Amino acid sequence: MQTFDLETHSLRELNATLHEQKDNTNQTSWEVINARGSHAIAVGLDAPIEVTIKGSTGYYCGGMNKQATINVHGSAGPGVAENMMSGTVIIEGDASQYAGATGHGGLLVIKGNASSRCGISMKGIDIVVHGNIGHMSAFMAQSGNLVVCGDAGDALGDSLYEARLFVRGSVKSLGADCIEKEMRPEHIEVLRDLLTRSGSDAKPEEFKRYGSARQLYNFNVDNAAAY
Amino acid sequence: MKDINDTSIPRTHPIQSATFTNPINAEIRRAAATGIYDIRGGGAKRRVPHFDDLLFLGASISRYPLEGYREKCETSVTLGTRFAKKPIELEIPVTIAGMSFGALSGPAKEALGRGASAAGTSTTTGDGGMTPEERGHSDKLVYQYLPSRYGMNPDDLRKADAIEIVIGQGAKPGGGGMLLGQKISDRVAEMRNLPKGIDQRSACRHPDWTGPDDLEIKILELREITGWEKPVYVKIGGTRPYFDTTLAIKAGADVVVLDGMQGGTAATQDVFIEHVGLPTLACIRPAVQALQDLGMHREVQLIVSGGIRTGADVAKAMALGADAVAIGTAALIALGDNDPKWESEYQKLGTTTGAYDDWHEGQDPAGITTQNPELMARFDPVEGGRKLKNYLKVLTLEAQTIARACGKNHLHNLEPEDLCALTMEAAAMARVPLAGTQWYPGKTDF
Repeated sequence: MQTFDLETHSLRELNATLHEQKDNTNQTSWEVINARGSHAIAVGLDAPIEVTIKGSTGYYCGGMNKQATINVHGSAGPGVAENMMSGTVIIEGDASQYAGATGHGGLLVIKGNASSRCGISMKGIDIVVHGNIGHMSAFMAQSGNLVVCGDAGDALGDSLYEARLFVRGSVKSLGADCIEKEMRPEHIEVLRDLLTRSGSDAKPEEFKRYGSARQLYNFNVDNAAAY
Repeated sequence: MKDINDTSIPRTHPIQSATFTNPINAEIRRAAATGIYDIRGGGAKRRVPHFDDLLFLGASISRYPLEGYREKCETSVTLGTRFAKKPIELEIPVTIAGMSFGALSGPAKEALGRGASAAGTSTTTGDGGMTPEERGHSDKLVYQYLPSRYGMNPDDLRKADAIEIVIGQGAKPGGGGMLLGQKISDRVAEMRNLPKGIDQRSACRHPDWTGPDDLEIKILELREITGWEKPVYVKIGGTRPYFDTTLAIKAGADVVVLDGMQGGTAATQDVFIEHVGLPTLACIRPAVQALQDLGMHREVQLIVSGGIRTGADVAKAMALGADAVAIGTAALIALGDNDPKWESEYQKLGTTTGAYDDWHEGQDPAGITTQNPELMARFDPVEGGRKLKNYLKVLTLEAQTIARACGKNHLHNLEPEDLCALTMEAAAMARVPLAGTQWYPGKTDF
């Protein structure tokens, strides 16, 4: 385990050191202490390493992650794991706005609650939130899975494309073109796998599935009120 | 009732309304028939004060000129000197503006890279990610970071020579975009992670930040991901250039790209293009003022775009304080867009050479703004690249000609004092004297 103290070393030194780790690195386990809400911690990683961050993080922790497993022992600020490509980011606490925004792949697990716009414009990432999510989550979400073990706020899945949304609790309101859909066996299997991998004991059968009605996919003046 | 055959009574001449013109009436009828606003490509077509309304004064007894073809007039520019470890060095101060793969064909993007590289300048990706042919043929490639994040990934980010965070563009400041389904080929769909054939909306705001304080942190993140190597540009549409330039500088931009309303778009509502934003001419001096007020003029570089067509336009933009310019529409025309040789096909599309702007429909006879394989095959990227290189060279030669006549040994030495204005409006916007006077509107100490 390599320990990196952000009180005595700069953010630049941290990220440069983590970027130096390649696929065959022997230094696979890293611990970052004194995070103290710093922004852009462990961004742009591209190696199969494990980074544990002690304390809460600021904006964009784990941004554009590839391969790495990043575990935040605290809460995460806005845009955690934004545009993630692969790997895993786990937040033990809560996450602020835009969690997993535009993510292309990998798994983001938020063990607390996530704020508004969780999964906005997601493009293939899987996001599992053990608690609740805020309003406008999965706005313009393109692909991937958003799993919410608690409740969802207003306008869930507004202007949704092909992402799949699974919510166990209540949905305050659905956004434009987002509808409840049939939960088929293949969805149960996807959900079971994601719940298992994210450490949730929720039962897939307790969830409802939401997706796009695909009515806004091509411009139609008769849908003008929805645009 | 009047007898229309009674020629003894003088008749009132039919008068066309200056308000309800034939084009306006045609648009009313089109809207009534379809229920949809008009979408088109390009920039503002209306007449607005522009570089044509400025003249250079040239040298005489009070100033002396440089000898054309004998005395050097430098054209190089370095972009990104503020923070980037690897600033971009360009041989000429004319860059190629961002245009997406999707809006343009792959061969057209390749041609832009070929032409720009041959002329010693950079080209820019667009709202669809980076293609291998574009990267491969562009010596210097600026990677746009857009609200949609279509195709965005850290590998391409690291392959780029600079990063351009797009806040807005002159054709539609405050607006997003739409790539209509007919242009979504398998390849475009795959790059954008969306099904083939559906309309692809581009958001008007970034999904993971709002406001200048957030932008500062976003720039920090992008610099951390790329090791602080790459210049970070911030592109803004011309609306409040003084404040937006100020905020971009404050957020940490290396370069500010300022796009006026004549700057083109692949597609948006005509009403947006013609009625939102500022003419390019009105944008430059407030932006330069912001740079000067912060002590950042020439430290943070300013790239101006929107209606640059000639070397005179290049020289005028630089005389007003720009470090470089960017061209988009002019580059497409150099490649062959709106060429008269396709007139019969433009006629079939209900338009004519020079007016064709339905780029979003994917039926471009020139094979440039399309994903239709048959139309794309009409366009030769090698020949297109050669034409673009020639055009860029001419722009540079023209600008040098003017600069030498003004006694300048570098295009950057051009200054507002070298200019006068032909109209009150241009004088006010460019803050240079009305021709033959020492005064411009707003100037009190003359």
